[in-house]
Amino acid sequence: MDPRQAPPYVPLRGHPLTDDEFREREASTAWAPRLEYAWDAGIAISRFLEGLGQGAIYGVRCRRCGRTVTPPRAFCELDFKPMDEWVKLPETGTINTFSICYVTWDMKPLRVPQIPAVIEIDGTSPRVGFLHLVGGVRGRTVDQIRRQVRVGMPVRAVWKPPAKREGAITDILYFAPVRKRA
Amino acid sequence: MSDRVAVVGAGEVPLRPLSPRQSYREMGFEAATRAYDDAGVTHQDIDSFVSVCEDFHEGTSITDEYTPDQLGAVLRPVHTVAGDGLQGVAAAVMLIRTGIADLVAVEAHCKTSNILAHEQVLTMALDPSYERLPGITPHFVAGMEMRRYLHETGAPEDAVAMVVVKNRRHALSNPVAAYGEVLSPDDVLASAAVCAPLREREISPPADGAVVLVLASEEAARRTPKPVWIRGVGWASDSPWLAARSWGQASYASLATQMAYQMAGIAKPDQEIRFAEVDDTYAYKELQHLEAAQLIPRADAARIVLEGGTRRGGRLPVNSSGGSLGMGYCFDATALYRTAAAVRQIRGEAGRAQVERAATTGTQRGLNQIEDCEL
Ligand SMILES: [Zn+2]
Repeated sequence: MDPRQAPPYVPLRGHPLTDDEFREREASTAWAPRLEYAWDAGIAISRFLEGLGQGAIYGVRCRRCGRTVTPPRAFCELDFKPMDEWVKLPETGTINTFSICYVTWDMKPLRVPQIPAVIEIDGTSPRVGFLHLVGGVRGRTVDQIRRQVRVGMPVRAVWKPPAKREGAITDILYFAPVRKRA
Repeated sequence: MSDRVAVVGAGEVPLRPLSPRQSYREMGFEAATRAYDDAGVTHQDIDSFVSVCEDFHEGTSITDEYTPDQLGAVLRPVHTVAGDGLQGVAAAVMLIRTGIADLVAVEAHCKTSNILAHEQVLTMALDPSYERLPGITPHFVAGMEMRRYLHETGAPEDAVAMVVVKNRRHALSNPVAAYGEVLSPDDVLASAAVCAPLREREISPPADGAVVLVLASEEAARRTPKPVWIRGVGWASDSPWLAARSWGQASYASLATQMAYQMAGIAKPDQEIRFAEVDDTYAYKELQHLEAAQLIPRADAARIVLEGGTRRGGRLPVNSSGGSLGMGYCFDATALYRTAAAVRQIRGEAGRAQVERAATTGTQRGLNQIEDCEL
């Protein structure tokens, strides 16, 4: 059977909304919440974040089911047992899935899209990737990017310079496609 | 098929003002592990899971997405109740009585130390158009309620202070309580006015924790070592029209307890109940709730508290766990901590906090009061 050809992707139209456009002219009550949190990362995620600060991706292995996962967790959510066999993982992985996004969270159009992706780090068990960005890709249109980014493609972490790392998931700037693994 | 329901397992982590070592997930895992062990079950034996949490307390939205892992509930039936912990217990009772589940886990946790501006969260409980008075701590609602309660009952402020003294002292015997200490009524009365007549020490201090209960049908409970039967549950909510409430009396609590007493077949609560865990988020609420639950005649709570009748060794021990004033206030987890404490009382496992006659063969009656809708 012939695959049906989908129409080509077209860019979004429009412009950023102004405050006036947001607010209607009817009576309303406005409230700007001042909600602030400082989450205790806990035993497992703390060690993961410290590792990122040192340029390393850590995972943990479950002694019961044998899965190796990252981000690490203190217990295996499937076996309900503590998970404490730490392993240092490579900085390479595979794209499980991705999207090419042209709108920011606060509804501003993006000319250069962001590419969020699920990255399965090499050495972990299938389907336990983490969420990050794909970068180092030329072009702006869906077609240009899809020529360079594919499901199943190998990628490698691109890090912030050591002096600028802060023990956060953003210490990895993005994952860039690699032609062949090191 | 029997429609009896029992608490068959309880597990918690000690309440503490700060808990920087553990994430809420890690605390929940510890509590669940203890609860399942206490019940002699595994996570795979549990048929359905209820978690009690609210987005603003977590700092994440769609918080129910974050609850399965630490309960061993991945890809299993889980639902979230954004309300009081006891509403989670009521949901579990219904799951069991309708025959949907034989074993249900109920979880709640609290990371109050992670909320940097809790009063902002409290303020957002008030109607945005006509109740968020600018710049006032939301504890003013409790200040007004306490004023009306004292006005209607003639209770002296000493009695409110005595509730604090008693509960803080009770907490010294409870290893999971965060705020045990020896105070005098004068220490309480000397604490600063927050929203007079409400004083600083009459507001329960916040604490972090996680607690899990396992509930079972009669058939499943018979296979567990230490079932404690739930004879009645009830709940009621007041109206959101703050200014139209019956400020002096806790109407919601009287309706909730009537519902529970009716289900349990309790005609004379003051004679049949052996001990009580009641809400004391603010110290005067304990007095108000004892009256609403018909455990003490209206306007008599102050006298009985001052005479020591609600101490651990008194005629009606109240909040022998230490209550929220002594254990720490942990949002929606509060009531589950208190239920766990009541379960241990009935089993005779409360150690130094044990109330005499709580654990007797035959009828076992504790009261854990559901109350709802108050700041
Ligand atoms: Zn496992």
